[in-house]
Amino acid sequence: MLEVFIFATLNGLVTGFLLFMLASGLTLIFSMMGVLNFAHASFYMLGAYFAYSLSLYFGFWTGLIFAPLIVGTLGALVERYGLRKVHASGHVAELVFTFGLAFLIEESIQFFWGRDTKNYQTPDLLDFPLFTLFGQEFSAYRGFMMAISIGIFIALYYVLTKSRVGIIIQAAITHPQTVSNLGHNVPLIFMGVFGVGTALAGLAGVIAGPVLTTFPGMATVLGSIVFVIVIIGGLGSLAGAFIASLLIGLLQSYAIASDVGMPDLLSLLGISFDRGHPLNDLWTMNLPQIAPVLPYLLLVLVLIFRPTGLLGKREE
Amino acid sequence: MMALLKKSSIWIAFLIALLGLPLLFDSILAISILNQMAIAIVFALSYNMLLGQGGMLSFGHAVYFGLGGFLSVHALMLIEYETMVFSILWIPLIGGLFGLLAGIFIGSFSTRKAGTVFAMISLGIGELIAASSLIFSSFFGGEAGISGDRTFGPTFFGFDFAQNIEIYYVAAVWAFIATLFMWLFTQTPAGRMANAVRDNPERAEFIGYSSRKVRFISFCASGMFAGIAGGLFALNYEFITEENLNAATSGRVLLMAYIGGLGYFIGPIIGAVVLTLMNSLLSNYSELWMLYLGIMFLLTVMFLPRGFAGFIMMHQLAWVRGNMKMLIKPYIITGIPALLFALCAIALIEMSHTEDEVFHYLGFALNPASPVTWIVILAIAGGAFYAVKRSFNQLNDAWETANAIPKEEES
Amino acid sequence: MKKIQFFTRLSSPLRKLMAVTGLASLLVLNSTSSAQEPVRIAFMDPLSGTFASVGNTGKTILEFAVDYFYNSKGGILGGRMIEVVPLDNKQSPNETQLQFRRAISEEIQIIFQGNSSAVANTLNQTISRHNRRNPGQEVLQINYSAVDPILTEDNCSFWHFRFDAHANMKLNILTDYIAADPNIKSMYIIGQDYSFGQVVSDTTIKLLNEKRPDIEIVGNEFHPIGQVKDFTPYVTKIVSSGADAVITGNFGADMVSLARSIIDSGLDIPIYTFYAAYDGITATLGESGKGKIRLIHNGVANPLPTEERKQFNRDFKIAHPNNDITQPRIVNALQMVVKAMEETQSTDPYDIALALEDMRFTTLGGEEIWMRGEDHQIFQQLSISVHTDEGVEFDADNSGYGLVTEYQVPLEETIVESSCQMRRPRR
Repeated sequence: MLEVFIFATLNGLVTGFLLFMLASGLTLIFSMMGVLNFAHASFYMLGAYFAYSLSLYFGFWTGLIFAPLIVGTLGALVERYGLRKVHASGHVAELVFTFGLAFLIEESIQFFWGRDTKNYQTPDLLDFPLFTLFGQEFSAYRGFMMAISIGIFIALYYVLTKSRVGIIIQAAITHPQTVSNLGHNVPLIFMGVFGVGTALAGLAGVIAGPVLTTFPGMATVLGSIVFVIVIIGGLGSLAGAFIASLLIGLLQSYAIASDVGMPDLLSLLGISFDRGHPLNDLWTMNLPQIAPVLPYLLLVLVLIFRPTGLLGKREE
Repeated sequence: MMALLKKSSIWIAFLIALLGLPLLFDSILAISILNQMAIAIVFALSYNMLLGQGGMLSFGHAVYFGLGGFLSVHALMLIEYETMVFSILWIPLIGGLFGLLAGIFIGSFSTRKAGTVFAMISLGIGELIAASSLIFSSFFGGEAGISGDRTFGPTFFGFDFAQNIEIYYVAAVWAFIATLFMWLFTQTPAGRMANAVRDNPERAEFIGYSSRKVRFISFCASGMFAGIAGGLFALNYEFITEENLNAATSGRVLLMAYIGGLGYFIGPIIGAVVLTLMNSLLSNYSELWMLYLGIMFLLTVMFLPRGFAGFIMMHQLAWVRGNMKMLIKPYIITGIPALLFALCAIALIEMSHTEDEVFHYLGFALNPASPVTWIVILAIAGGAFYAVKRSFNQLNDAWETANAIPKEEES
Repeated sequence: MKKIQFFTRLSSPLRKLMAVTGLASLLVLNSTSSAQEPVRIAFMDPLSGTFASVGNTGKTILEFAVDYFYNSKGGILGGRMIEVVPLDNKQSPNETQLQFRRAISEEIQIIFQGNSSAVANTLNQTISRHNRRNPGQEVLQINYSAVDPILTEDNCSFWHFRFDAHANMKLNILTDYIAADPNIKSMYIIGQDYSFGQVVSDTTIKLLNEKRPDIEIVGNEFHPIGQVKDFTPYVTKIVSSGADAVITGNFGADMVSLARSIIDSGLDIPIYTFYAAYDGITATLGESGKGKIRLIHNGVANPLPTEERKQFNRDFKIAHPNNDITQPRIVNALQMVVKAMEETQSTDPYDIALALEDMRFTTLGGEEIWMRGEDHQIFQQLSISVHTDEGVEFDADNSGYGLVTEYQVPLEETIVESSCQMRRPRR
């Protein structure tokens, strides 16, 4: 049981950190520009595909560096020539725009790369078990994923709290008008934040692609979870997004690893139902089965009882 | 009497159009598409009650559609096993009733706030219910869904509704009734207040309305009409699956309402018709149709922020002032190269995708392997693009003159 | 491009109007007016969206086989060509209904369909209902791949024919194979949480209990279909359960992710599967899956038994270098349907159905296969093959890796009983 717990924790952390790389960009974009970027996970997918193509010719490491740059540039272009134009029509229009963008990116990926699963492999350099515990290997690549994510977190934290740009961004999150009045080029900041945010998503895609398989549905699988994290964490709160990412990562991992379900609960209470009962599905439900639903349940509960999210300060 | 007749003339025309269309288009496919349209119109209009009139952005509207549909199929089964005896004509009412109940329950906590909080709760609820529908397979039937048979129950003047054309008339009448009631709703104080709360909740509160209560009423009504659409779906297809309440369906109704034009009552109707047609016909011609749909959608959001209906309404002023003829020529001059450019772009996309040696396109046999084909098409596309660019100013000028004083606020 | 009945049935004033505007000529451009009407068959499978690669490969195989065997040799029934009409159902029961109506509208009476049992069940119900309500316009369902047993058992229909072994038949053979391996003492079952995944789980437990009661089922896990980001948590459970083997009915991305997670964790145990090959899966598994992944399937993998079959594969590969013959049963189905047409000199579904019942047919691979009349289920030899790069004459995904058959069971031993009580229409 102990080994299951340890590995569940490790897996949860790997997923959690990965989710944070997506959520950090999204929460910055969301809180600054008020745009719920539906296409954020699509940039993550683009990152994986670009890295895959680059890795075919130049190896994994080139992909690791250049794919996020390409994705970030694309993101900045989308902001400059798409979102900014739509901005005049209000938030709903922006949101619908990103919604359509997500759709278009998925279709374009199928157009350029085809619909089958891509053979995007981990680099040979990291193709060894980092350590073996209770007969189970923890691959070096997962360790690498974790290291990158933590590195990004620290760098982001440092930039946002210590650098001048970071302080302007922080100010723009809470008081966009004032920052504009102070003479800062807010559109340029927006474009930069959007670019960096999407580049982070792209980086997440690069490192997740080999492990979570690179296929056209990979954005959909992750898309709304990242949304949920940003809301649970609270608008404009990077720390909140961090906590929520780890929370969701661990929650799902533990739920899958556990073996408890309604039958256990019922037998604990001394109740039993036969299989023919109309609510049989309810009585036989177990935790691993509902693991994917838990984030949404959490979302609804948080929104009902604490609409600002865990660490959020602003309501709208 | 005459005044009433004049006022309701548009409704009479709508009814005649609904009932008359199958006489013009009578193939099985056409009836199938008309059926889809009737359902989509009710569904998209119900969504517009939320977003267009109430300012509530929902990512989970399919929940009410789907739940109404599931209950309707269960009702069909009960009729089949003679647990209940009533004509299947009333099935949409059951869907509507259940959509209303679901709306009352979910609305009781989700309408407290508008804006992002509401949007996110709707997303969460949508995902929750979609996921639970796969877990509770005795009610929802798992991924294969549940199915019934509409030919049981008392017949209606001898009709047993075995044929799709018979069910189309049922759907058309229901769609008409639902549309009429949704329009009437916009005329009630509740409907008017929904607009007020959308635009400025504080002011609405000042004149003594609880903005939460106003949102709640719109929300429940919208859930009910979505349920009616779900019931119509159940009648038409005699089956329903979890797809009908998942995020994809919620997204599609958002697209319909948005492309059609949110601010106008007729907008979602246009959106429903256009998207249904594209969905049914475009996929026949190209497997890349989803790509085109995505491109078209983005272009609409970027250049026609108020949707197709908004585009049509833009011409109201010119129409009233009798200046439409000033616009016809510039439209044609810009429109033809624009169309040519679009056709060339499609040819290029299709050619780079095809594996065949000869690609048939608009009566031309193109050779994707030869660079000459590419250069020629690229040249035409370039020329067309240039022509659009050149003539666009002219169109702009014509537009200005046609709409010259008194200029109306456009946003 | 396909012509559409939608516009040809317009009433005359409107048609005139459209003719004037040139619209009609544009839309019904290709109305072939050859003396011999082609025989039109629909291929209804996902051709866009997430599952499109499998559907498109199937379509390519069917179209190739149609040309290879018939159209290039002057057609069938004395000179009629076969025309394959692709219908994209996006692997969705909803869309299947829409596409079915399109098929009816175009007066197509034979529908090939394979992917997803949920879709096959929907289509089966829809066709039964349609055929009952519209005598004279019946439609035949040629199911080349959906393996939910219910289609030829409780829900069997006169209008449905299955050209693949169903899940219970396959599991029967697979559990024999597992039971014969004394090294396997414990088994982990993991699958997608839907009907096929549940059939695999239930049947495996039942059969292993009968054949090897000493094999312990150490895990029976369902995960949501297509929603799992990372299979590592599941693999952790497999490792800690100490299982000697894993069996799964997963397909598509869920299959790849699961297999790779198992292999990445360093777990060196056999993985028994149904769908772990082709369409990018073989290439993705590559070296890491070698000798670990086994598939149960009908027909044969490498080495192919006859020169005709090899030549067919080679010719296909020349025409479509990026595709493989993933499902030879599509070819069998086509050949048997055409044989039934030739025998009866008819394209009426009722005649074809009667001719198909109890038909015995020798495939390109030289084996005799049998369509049982009682439940419309095909019987042919079943094979268990391993994912490897040794002795692979015809690889998959151009990866050098492919399937090599290790174990074969002749037709007679694959026969299982059916609970089918078919309602036969009267003519």
